Amino acid sequence: MNGLFDLGGVDGLGPINASKQEPAFHAEWEKVVLTLFPALFRAGWFGLDSFRHGIETMDPVVYLTSPYYEHWLHTFETHGQRNGELDMDELDRRTAHFLAHPDAPLPEHASNKELVDFIDAASAGGVPPQRPTDNPIRFAVGDKVRLSHDAPRGHTRLARYVRGKVGTVSVHRGAFVYPDAAGNGLGDDPQHVYTILFDSAELWGEQAEPNTTTTFDVWDPYIEHVEQAVGANA
Amino acid sequence: MNSISRTPAEITARVKALESMLIEKGLVTTEMVDRMVEIYENEVGPQLGAKVIAKAWTDSDFRTRLIDDATEACKELGISGLQGEHMVALEDTDDVHHAVVCTLCSCYPWPVLGLPPNWYKEPQYRSRMIREPRSVLAEEFDYVVPETTEIRVWDSSSEVRYWVLPQRPAGTEGWSEEQLAALVTRDSMIGVAPVEAVS
Repeated sequence: MNGLFDLGGVDGLGPINASKQEPAFHAEWEKVVLTLFPALFRAGWFGLDSFRHGIETMDPVVYLTSPYYEHWLHTFETHGQRNGELDMDELDRRTAHFLAHPDAPLPEHASNKELVDFIDAASAGGVPPQRPTDNPIRFAVGDKVRLSHDAPRGHTRLARYVRGKVGTVSVHRGAFVYPDAAGNGLGDDPQHVYTILFDSAELWGEQAEPNTTTTFDVWDPYIEHVEQAVGANA
Repeated sequence: MNSISRTPAEITARVKALESMLIEKGLVTTEMVDRMVEIYENEVGPQLGAKVIAKAWTDSDFRTRLIDDATEACKELGISGLQGEHMVALEDTDDVHHAVVCTLCSCYPWPVLGLPPNWYKEPQYRSRMIREPRSVLAEEFDYVVPETTEIRVWDSSSEVRYWVLPQRPAGTEGWSEEQLAALVTRDSMIGVAPVEAVS
């Protein structure tokens, strides 16, 4: 979707507030929100791609101005409402309760070793996004390709600043879950991923900085041949 | 949509309300939160990436394996996991300097760098880094890259996670891996700072 989160190349957003050192968490609530990512992933509320799409549907003003982890809170609520797992009236009621009584205790609950073990397994083992596919590898290193002009209304990783641009295939990365399918609830639909190298002049014209380039990763359906590499098999 | 930003107190209450409902559903426990925090506050952070870089600087065979397949090379040191299932280490030279960004969200190689700093996830860096990387590095990070050096910015649009193998600073001949690792910063592995020897 052509959302405001697609920020590559946007001007006028101001200086970067860079820090040399920074704590991992800036508030206690951030710790809970970080943990709800693996917890709700485990519960099947979303995959990685639909998690991202939930953030993309946020109100753009809030997206730009809210603390980072509030984006995650928004996608949890969106998916909980979508799948019928979260009673929003009850959430509002409890929110009012904890706003009036910030020190009110959480519900008592028993330990669950399985949940703690899941955190250890996921943090160390990851959640592999690679998937096998029988699709042919259509592109070779050195091929010139043009990125699609498409502007899907659902989730995609085809950023606006690369659409319609011509770049060079620099690496084939293997086959992965396809965001345009998985992010929209349409299954994994694995596709080959390639890293495309762009000269900055292709992206920014006369305003490009000298001697700079950008690489961007694409899934097979995002690209078409402009010219095959010399010596490559057709 | 509700375009009113929540106050810190409202966010705190909202998260606690959600947490209380998910506790009752059996999907999360306070022990689970404590474990996650322990990992990303104390166990997984840029000290792990620094260890990999220092080994690459002192062991050319390992360096070759790291460039060839960073995911597998890191596993040799027991480093792997969430948001780094397919990692690529980008080797800086005199001719090419690399830097990393995620323009679409906040993708970052957690197993070697930990959780990203806020500025990396915020709109200012994400919007500008691909369009004017040379200016961003010079103006925002005091890092002037020679004009003869190409700056290549890697936008993490897929699940491939990029990070930078910076150049080893001069004056560190004969240093131990531990000494070298202490020089490697988070920013140098993002590509917004060089590694500098302490004189």
